[in-house]
Amino acid sequence: MIEWEGFKGTKWQNEIDVNDFIINNYKEYREDESFLTGISKKTSKVWDRCKKLLEKEAISGVLDVETYIMSGIDNFEPGYISRSNEVIVGLQTDEPLKRIVNPYGGMRMVEKSLESYGFHLEKDIEKNFKEFRKTHNDGVFDAYTDEIRLAKHNHLITGLPDAYGRGRIIGDYRRLALYGADYLIEQKKKDKASLNNICDVSVIQLREDISEQIKALELIKKMASRYEFDVSRPAKNAKEAIQWTYFAYLAAVKQNNGAATSIGRNSTFFDIYIERDIEKSILTEQEAQELIDQYIIKLRLVRHLRTPEYNELFAGDPTWVTESIAGMMDDTQSLVTKSSFRVLNTLNNIGESAEPNLTVLWSKKLPQPFKRFASKMSIKTHTLQFENDDIMRPIYGNDYAISCCVSALSLGKQTQFFGARINFVKVLLYALNGGRDEITGDLVIDGIDQIEGEYLNSNEVLKQFDKVLKKTVKIYIDALNIIHYMHDKYAYESSQMAFINTNPEYLMAFGLAGVSIVSDSFSAIEYGHVRVKRDERGITNSFDIEFDYPRYGNNDDKVDAIAVNLVKRVYRELKKYPLYKNAIPTLSLLTITSNVMYGKHTGATPDGRKANIPFSPGANPTQGADKSGALASLASVAKIPYKDCCQDGISNTFSIIPDSLGKDENTRIENLVKILDGYFASKGHHLNVNVLEKQLLVDAMNNPSKYPNLTIRVSGYAVNFNKLTREQQEEVISRTFHESI
Amino acid sequence: MKAFKEGYIHSIETMGLVDGPGIRIVIFMQGCPLRCIFCHNPDTWTPISSTKKTSKEIVDQIRKYRPFIEKDGGVTFSGGEPLFQSEFLLECLKLCKKAGIHTCLDTSGCGYDKKYLDEILKYTDLVILDIKAITTDGYKKITGNKMDMFNYFKDKVKEHKNKLWLRQVIIPSINDNETYIKDLKNYINQFDNVEKVELLPYHDMGVSKYKKLGIKYKLLDTPPMDKEKCMKLQELLEKEVTKN
Repeated sequence: MIEWEGFKGTKWQNEIDVNDFIINNYKEYREDESFLTGISKKTSKVWDRCKKLLEKEAISGVLDVETYIMSGIDNFEPGYISRSNEVIVGLQTDEPLKRIVNPYGGMRMVEKSLESYGFHLEKDIEKNFKEFRKTHNDGVFDAYTDEIRLAKHNHLITGLPDAYGRGRIIGDYRRLALYGADYLIEQKKKDKASLNNICDVSVIQLREDISEQIKALELIKKMASRYEFDVSRPAKNAKEAIQWTYFAYLAAVKQNNGAATSIGRNSTFFDIYIERDIEKSILTEQEAQELIDQYIIKLRLVRHLRTPEYNELFAGDPTWVTESIAGMMDDTQSLVTKSSFRVLNTLNNIGESAEPNLTVLWSKKLPQPFKRFASKMSIKTHTLQFENDDIMRPIYGNDYAISCCVSALSLGKQTQFFGARINFVKVLLYALNGGRDEITGDLVIDGIDQIEGEYLNSNEVLKQFDKVLKKTVKIYIDALNIIHYMHDKYAYESSQMAFINTNPEYLMAFGLAGVSIVSDSFSAIEYGHVRVKRDERGITNSFDIEFDYPRYGNNDDKVDAIAVNLVKRVYRELKKYPLYKNAIPTLSLLTITSNVMYGKHTGATPDGRKANIPFSPGANPTQGADKSGALASLASVAKIPYKDCCQDGISNTFSIIPDSLGKDENTRIENLVKILDGYFASKGHHLNVNVLEKQLLVDAMNNPSKYPNLTIRVSGYAVNFNKLTREQQEEVISRTFHESI
Repeated sequence: MKAFKEGYIHSIETMGLVDGPGIRIVIFMQGCPLRCIFCHNPDTWTPISSTKKTSKEIVDQIRKYRPFIEKDGGVTFSGGEPLFQSEFLLECLKLCKKAGIHTCLDTSGCGYDKKYLDEILKYTDLVILDIKAITTDGYKKITGNKMDMFNYFKDKVKEHKNKLWLRQVIIPSINDNETYIKDLKNYINQFDNVEKVELLPYHDMGVSKYKKLGIKYKLLDTPPMDKEKCMKLQELLEKEVTKN
């Protein structure tokens, strides 16, 4: 085939296997960044128009919404930013930043979001859709139990994707570039034909799903042809490879509005095409960078229509277009290529930005110049996150990518059922209060004994805690099984599943919020002598702690072991129940910015935290509790087990002031490399890095106009600081900023 | 079982990135015989504190951070004046070396017990030596002490050929002039193994601690040293160094 001329390897030519193609053809790059080029004229023009539009969008929150057409792969006219200057094309709708209405997840969500931004859905659409089509949200609530509703209402289980797109699926979008749509359709047809056994429900469902996937691939061809490209065949050069991959992703975000729709791991794949073109002298370095810059611009423009309440959970309009970079191929050779540098270089050429969510897969053995460059860009822009390739690669193989913030998925072989999280702190408070919610007084979990007495006893608390936990997990699993069954039924992501093997492995991703508070509370009960005060309802409302007690975040095993035991206990429970599509349970410690909202709805806790105070983000120690220096804080978090427990990810956000990191730029870079090497060698999983003065954030909070582009890392993603609510900004500032004396 | 010696510890900073090469675990030890006018840690002066730790506890704690420090970092004993608890310090250093940990001594070169000094320097990989002043008078004015102990320590360091980082705090209207920097350069020439000389701009971040402790702060009328001016002096010093 002419498109594959010069490519090596055979396995990938006989079956779909992008990884085999990469391994056989990529060129590892072990030098430094000196080859990189600046922004091209064309890219400048495209980005200038985007900047103006982004400024306009920042004022109103939403620039425009398409209210006459609904979501779909090929439902919109082609759109451009500055057509003659765009080397990569394609927008979700016919105009940049114009958002799509997607009612399949739920109509109520659509109506609310439109209303809050002053738009109205075209009348016929609304009427017809409501009359003829049931939504995911309708389906879920038909099947929800009273127990689930009560747990949701009391914020015991929150953020469930029951009214919006679940997201978290990553199609292996590179497949469109390598094979073209026709070959993929052919393979799907074969898969369908092979399902000739006597039907049970799962086979019927799979046949229907494959048919939907084939239809999606046909529609992707039509959508691309509107932009005058023929994606039925493989891509023949670098420009097409990037364009095809982007079209495949674009179809996903035209059809779906999943909370996090990550794009995978593309830079090294692209690099193979770029290198081939450069060798043939049909592409220059400047043109290669231009392609990457413009690809990244497109990812920065992805939007979904959300309600203000959604924003309270996940602030700053995030889309989690996570692009994973680097990592190792095996124990000796890395997957770092020149394009790994080019992707990071976009932060120089088109400035810092919250999206795409650039994620560096870190290994001790990555080439030193790449480690240095990634650290340099992290210090400069506070937009990168780092995740431990050395603990993920043995589990997921070398070709995985991060979905959303911290969730690894083998590309094309696995997919995920997103499950938000339990408010873990409430599990503890329900144990202290006979199963009743400390705010509403509702009896949420029955069969729990009321704990009496002035002082808390850890054995007694633990006994009730276990009972609450068991029942909570059961309700949680019940809810997620319902949600994902209904999502498949009413809002199936055919365009994404078309780029995943027909029989993938499913992971069901559960989560916990507030682990630091629960751990510290148990430590306080054990070592601090905690006295309880109760209100007129007999529900706990404040706690006096009589002695100092060990707190999570100081590398003290007395309390860190409590944290480790708690997450293991939860994971053991999760493994007890059958999951939809035989999914494997995974667990995360990740809050995104919802740690503020969780705190708001949660009463006082035995660690001394007052009611309504934000939780710490992700797996971070409680704000101000980590008093033994940065390494102690990192070491505590690194103890939380990843393998066979928290395989959906353990998020840690680390802030340090520049002067403490080193006296000059070079030393800071060297030191950050060492910190990352050390954290990941200690088996830490994820690290967000912010090298910032606290004072700068205070100033930005009070004078937002001075810092229009200030981007910082929060739990699992980057966000424009101005887009956080005041409460969220205050919480970020209250976090521990490590400084040395 | 061997009984390990106990020492008074002010605090432990687990991620020191400026006191020695690489990532350092910094052990701030209690007690100092000097009363430097610019001292920002007056809370470390008294020899006794509430936190006591054995040498073994200290080393065990450092070992927990091996992944962070094994490449080119290590431990830095600072203070206060770490030499003030010489016997305890020596035991810590020996245990560290036995565990393969790079050791650094951040010191003013005073307050030591002479009989342990040779061994201390033997188990120290790097000495960060704080030069308070280069003349006896200047030294007295800044530290309130005689320079004899410093001079003896300095000669011992030369004898043991320890690697050296030298530090000098630059204080407005006391030593922030070119003449001083040139004299300092000449003074530094006597050492052989100097890897680095750092001029540290005086800052007043310690003032609140004095208030809390009810101690009079002697530099109340002196403003913090201008960082840029200090940088210029550093450049001048480095030029002088290359000239020789």
